[in-house]
Amino acid sequence: MERLIEEIPNFFTIWNVIFLAKAMGVTFLLTAIGCLVGFSVGGLLAIFRKTKSIYLLPIRIFIIIYTEIFRRVPFLVSLLLFFYVFQIIKISDNLFLIATITVCIIATAYIGEIIRSGIESINQTQWDAAAAMNFSYYQTLREIIFPQAWKVILPPAFGFFIMFIKDTALASQIGVMELTFAAKILNNKGFSPLLSFGTILILYFILSFPLDRFGKFMEKKLASNRN
Amino acid sequence: MHQIEIKSANAFYEKLHVLKNIDLNVDKGEIVSLIGPSGSGKSSLLKMLVGLLIPKSGKIFLNKTLINFHNQSDLRNIREQIAIVFQQYNLFQNMNVLKNVCIAPTKIQKRNPKEVNEQALYLLEKVGLQDKLKSYPDELSGGQQQRVAIARALCLNPQILLLDEITSALDPELVKEVLDTIRLLASEGMTMLIVSHEMNFVKEVSSRVVFMDDGSIIEINSPKNIFEKPSEKRTLDFVGKILKEK
Amino acid sequence: MGYTLVYTQVLEFLPYLIKGAWISLQIAILAFFGGMFFGLILATIRTFGNKVSNKIVICYVTFFTNTPQLVQIYFLFFALPEFGILLSPYIAVLLGMTLNAAAYLCEIQRAGFLSIRQNELDAAKTLNFSLVQQVKYVILPHIMRVLFPPLSNHYIIMTLGTSMAAIFGVEELTGRAFNINSETFRSVEIFSLTALIYIVITFIATFLLAVIGRYFFKAKIRIIQ
Repeated sequence: MERLIEEIPNFFTIWNVIFLAKAMGVTFLLTAIGCLVGFSVGGLLAIFRKTKSIYLLPIRIFIIIYTEIFRRVPFLVSLLLFFYVFQIIKISDNLFLIATITVCIIATAYIGEIIRSGIESINQTQWDAAAAMNFSYYQTLREIIFPQAWKVILPPAFGFFIMFIKDTALASQIGVMELTFAAKILNNKGFSPLLSFGTILILYFILSFPLDRFGKFMEKKLASNRN
Repeated sequence: MHQIEIKSANAFYEKLHVLKNIDLNVDKGEIVSLIGPSGSGKSSLLKMLVGLLIPKSGKIFLNKTLINFHNQSDLRNIREQIAIVFQQYNLFQNMNVLKNVCIAPTKIQKRNPKEVNEQALYLLEKVGLQDKLKSYPDELSGGQQQRVAIARALCLNPQILLLDEITSALDPELVKEVLDTIRLLASEGMTMLIVSHEMNFVKEVSSRVVFMDDGSIIEINSPKNIFEKPSEKRTLDFVGKILKEK
Repeated sequence: MGYTLVYTQVLEFLPYLIKGAWISLQIAILAFFGGMFFGLILATIRTFGNKVSNKIVICYVTFFTNTPQLVQIYFLFFALPEFGILLSPYIAVLLGMTLNAAAYLCEIQRAGFLSIRQNELDAAKTLNFSLVQQVKYVILPHIMRVLFPPLSNHYIIMTLGTSMAAIFGVEELTGRAFNINSETFRSVEIFSLTALIYIVITFIATFLLAVIGRYFFKAKIRIIQ
């Protein structure tokens, strides 16, 4: 304990603080890009998944296989797989890019499912009424289904954002300079693991907690609005 | 002139044979009521007419034109001319009363928003809801919601109106206000197909009454005959039972 | 480009990988039931406890659900030795996953408690059910039906989470993939095969859970979402 107190001034030097702040930025960026892409592409997947046309059947099958696969492979394994695939095809050796692409692909699978179950939570009667009034599938989604479904989609989506802030810790395994990797470097430099890992635990908490609170707040608010 | 002609139509929900060899003609300005036990196919028949249930075989003509239910422009065409009011009202929960009535005419039929708005106000006043324009469906009683649904259907300027058990989800005291609205429409000469359990109402407004059982049409007769001297035994049984309950 | 995928060499290691999958399964099951047990204690405190104990449980849950499991295990593995507590990699991973699972499973189980409806209990009382009978015929079946789908879902998430153990040198499925990789350098083949094994074992798990859920608890779980 004494050693720890002695170490603290040496640990929180300006250099280290900037170093950790940058790493925190990388963690945040990875998550934010992943969620943004996940929401837009996942939304598209959900929309195509609910189509009925026989011509789109191959697309629907592809979407089902895609979501099943990436929700059943550990993030770490997907990450390493993409890492090595990128090494072979030699498009880029930018580690951040590889991690971002992996996060986007997985986020798309998960958020696509969240959006799809949001769409499914809307009563069939709304679809019937819209169809009888000549709304097209896309008009029905835009005017009627999404304006109602977002209340069902947002709370689990926030839970998912938090999950991804935490899962990006695994990007340290391919050498992306995010929070966990930063802690490992500090630890290797001789700072105590208690301090290095303890600090980033707090930093992760600072990133995640506000989202957690906001998500729970919204869940409560939307639930009470609906009744 | 037959406005609707249905010739030996069959339809299924998954494997369930819900409509069996249906033959029915409806003339312009006629009010045809469908009665029968629940699950007899009355609602399915209405749903088929707006393409929510696709017939497997048979022919359906609207104003002498054969409808191809697998052709999108045919489907659009029948839905332009036929409007349906659902048992559960099916109002759009995310829109207020006025928006519910105006959305399809402006966004789908691409009519002039100002003109649609005027018509909507007129219709909502006609059903007695002029002071609920900004309310949302979950703030209204069942009877009020049902009247909004009727106004919404009418604002589409349909030639034919389908009413699917519109009073069955309502408390008895709310039934009257909805039925009064329908009487008003009937007096204006709108072609209507009505599924209803309100036998007195059926007797009063219908030009003809159709009795259905187990997916088939058993008897088509005048309202007077169907209640007083039906030609089929199953009709007699059903009508007898219903009247005894009252 | 110019790289051809060759699976023959890697397939020789299939039995070795499958044995690794058993270890993954072991970790997942142990951590899940450990987490269920601790989670139940936490949920009970949260439901019946006083203000102070409530706050402690809330802090625990909030902390563990808002920080990465990987870093939690790093902490256990590297920082605890400073206090003289040395954990083997296997135990550190198991402990970390259990503590983490306890936080999530506490929340899930508490939601189950809260879903018991008073009117069902009243009905049971008017039928003169004893307390044991109330629990057996009314409370448990109801709770299980509500709890089973989210619990199954979390079990699958935990199965995927076991791959983290590889980072600490545990030779479960992913750990063994690491070993083969450093021996053969057929990286893409190995990790795609490993991914496939994860897909298969989670599918089997989902299938079994769906069957159990349907027959014992009348809970509906879709095998393919």
